[in-house]
Amino acid sequence: MLPGQSGQRPVLCSANRLFLQAFVSVMIPFTMAAQNPLAEDPKAAKAGEYEFRINCALCHGLGARGGGRGPDLTRAQKKYAHNDAEMFQIISSGIPGTAMPANGTNGQGVGMTDEEIWQIITYIRSQETKSSATASGDAAHGKELFFGDGNCSLCHMVSGKGGRLGPDLTGVAGSRTRDAIIDSIRNPSRRLAWGLTEATKEFPQEYESVTVVTADGKQIKGVTLNEDSFTVQIMDPAEHIYLLEKAKLKSFRKSRESAMPKYNTDVLSDKDVEDLVAFMASVGTK
Amino acid sequence: MTISVILAQGFNRRGRRVLPQRSRTRAYSLSVFLIVTSFVARSHAQVTFERLLNSANEPQNWLTYSGSYSGQRFSKLEQISTGNARTMVAKWVYQTAATGKIETTPLVVDGILYATAQDDRAFALDARTGRPIWMYQRQLPGDIRPCCGRVNRGLAILGDKVFFGTLDAHVIALDAKTGARVWDVNAADYRTGHSFTVAPLAVKNLIVIGVSGGEYGVRGFIDAYDADSGERKWRFYTVPGPGEPGHDTWEGDSWKVGGAPAWNTGTYDPATNQIFWPTGNPSPSNRGEGRAGDNLYSNSLLALDADTGKLNWYFQFTKHDEHDWDATQVPVLIESAGKKLIAQADRNGFFYTLDRTTGKLLSATPYAKITWTDRKDADGRPVANKNASPTLQGHTVCPGALGATNFMAPTYDPQSGFFYVTARDQCDIFSTAPQPYEPGHAFYGSAYFPSEEAEPYLGFLKAIDPTTGEMKMKFQHTSPTWSGTLSTGGGLVFSGDAEGNFIAFDASSLKPLWHFQMGGAVYAAPMAFAADGKEYVAIAAGSAIYAFGLP
Repeated sequence: MLPGQSGQRPVLCSANRLFLQAFVSVMIPFTMAAQNPLAEDPKAAKAGEYEFRINCALCHGLGARGGGRGPDLTRAQKKYAHNDAEMFQIISSGIPGTAMPANGTNGQGVGMTDEEIWQIITYIRSQETKSSATASGDAAHGKELFFGDGNCSLCHMVSGKGGRLGPDLTGVAGSRTRDAIIDSIRNPSRRLAWGLTEATKEFPQEYESVTVVTADGKQIKGVTLNEDSFTVQIMDPAEHIYLLEKAKLKSFRKSRESAMPKYNTDVLSDKDVEDLVAFMASVGTK
Repeated sequence: MTISVILAQGFNRRGRRVLPQRSRTRAYSLSVFLIVTSFVARSHAQVTFERLLNSANEPQNWLTYSGSYSGQRFSKLEQISTGNARTMVAKWVYQTAATGKIETTPLVVDGILYATAQDDRAFALDARTGRPIWMYQRQLPGDIRPCCGRVNRGLAILGDKVFFGTLDAHVIALDAKTGARVWDVNAADYRTGHSFTVAPLAVKNLIVIGVSGGEYGVRGFIDAYDADSGERKWRFYTVPGPGEPGHDTWEGDSWKVGGAPAWNTGTYDPATNQIFWPTGNPSPSNRGEGRAGDNLYSNSLLALDADTGKLNWYFQFTKHDEHDWDATQVPVLIESAGKKLIAQADRNGFFYTLDRTTGKLLSATPYAKITWTDRKDADGRPVANKNASPTLQGHTVCPGALGATNFMAPTYDPQSGFFYVTARDQCDIFSTAPQPYEPGHAFYGSAYFPSEEAEPYLGFLKAIDPTTGEMKMKFQHTSPTWSGTLSTGGGLVFSGDAEGNFIAFDASSLKPLWHFQMGGAVYAAPMAFAADGKEYVAIAAGSAIYAFGLP
């Protein structure tokens, strides 16, 4: 059949279609269930652990505790999923605009059956710490630091306020562990956004630092928005965007030293950092 | 309307366009008619085994997955060359309207391009325009268990039929003129994780195909089917059963779920009537406990008698693999100084050259970052260090789980003498945990993660001297790519990248001469063909097939 000739396909009469729908909903209880049919079944949790290691641990880490790329799933309160049905939906379809892929599309693990997805949810529930992970710091002071002396908002945005050079941190506490956030403040160069596999590289920016000299001798310093072998897209600290062909540049130098300064304890005390984490946890994580 | 009439009209229209005004004479029209007639007759010609044997004599066509039985993926075509590659333009794009990765290598026979796409689509296009002639799509069950996307890497053609394997583990033959199904054979149970993603290989009157499913603990096999009837002529189990040689390399009953799939297309040596077919990982892929032994014939190159499927020799690249390092790379036949070689850039990071008559190892040389071995046995084969095994909490090993290369097709250019391969430097943390086998459920016994401490992943196109294994040149991509490679008589190597570029390189320097942004990452390998005397280079990217040529 040539593409576009769908008119040749048999069209189900509505009675047949109703029957088919009824048939499907009877045959596939796992899909239609609003509640986890395997909830709190220890055998399912064990099976889910195997599946989790294969399909999820790449980003969410062993034991679902977060891997720096994907959120810690052991927290009872999650950013996107408020119940098992939503969790099923997210695992099946992914989260648009994030690195969370739809089931079977990340090109790495195998696709999961509906039963296996419910097993994974059962496993994740079994790993949850029941306390909601409220940060211990002072969110109000963290907010002052973020928009004031900490200078964070020069480059980072939260809830629509701040700069564009660095990643938008709205809701970051919902997708990164506390330790990962603290590490990013103390050692920003240790882990740029590298390491996302190609298949999950929905958003390609890695925030590498870049210095180029254009044909007319102008030096541009900034971070890469994107890059391929022949072109580079750069934002400088004044938030100008430059779209450049590498072949036309006098020089092109890239570095994995983050453009963000290292915030050691002289600049931000451990308490200050906890306060910043508390501030980030207080916005956009619902 | 028959295909021949459509083609004759298309050809006629194009033919008239290039004619000067004064040539509109009866005589000229007659000669055009004769050309058309001969062309049409040609398009009816059957793709015989003799044509496959002598595919080098018809470089306008691309008759097998790798372009020839040697697996060299080299096209003699030289119209597009180092001198004019910078002027290349896109000629047409065919959108498959499917999602997910497209890994196909098209075939071209006498002006018609045949290819596959996601979800087991197959189609035939006018190779000059990309306009579809027919399209077939498999009605797949909802519960198929493909491993790594609903992918297919291509077709085989023989006689007047094209052949492909499906994600529900059928082998089917389609009429090359209509796409109508001629026969359909169920090779294995898809519900236990069997599937086909490989492009079959037509040899004599047999359609040879290897199974996928190393993620599900299948017992791997390579099958040969009669091209006319679909009758299975032989099956070689890549995991030997009780009483067969090699069975004692498996602990207890582990052989029953031993894996060793055969999911990439092999090659054929007519001189010895041997099919060379590589195999994949033992199952579970990342847990060696419970399957003590070498686990033959996982991660091996098999030399099989084409008529009987009998094993002549084997060479195992990675014994008792615990890192998912399938040896499913195309084994390339190379003639060098009177020696009959077979060369394979293996997923484990070593480039192997063997005597293909005997299977004797001649050299094994690293071509990417490796940490799993620092010694070789008496035969020159790298031996795994004890501490390279995965641990419960995880342990960094290079190459990573995706390997130093993977299924990306390499190319050997007899003009430059180099073997070109897509390579990556990447390390992963490998962990292992016990996992019971359950039919149809993923069976890895493990997890792996990017190593936080390692450098960013690096991707390359590398040129290797296959006689020594020495790496001679490299081009670094912005990030690792899944694209295969093609070399041509024009002194060019073609490959694609993860950022969506299709790139023409100077084969002697790996300097990029031209590129085109296709808007989607490449998971396929390029091929070349000619139609109406014009050379084209084609590749799949994103969800489409692109054809390029000179303006």
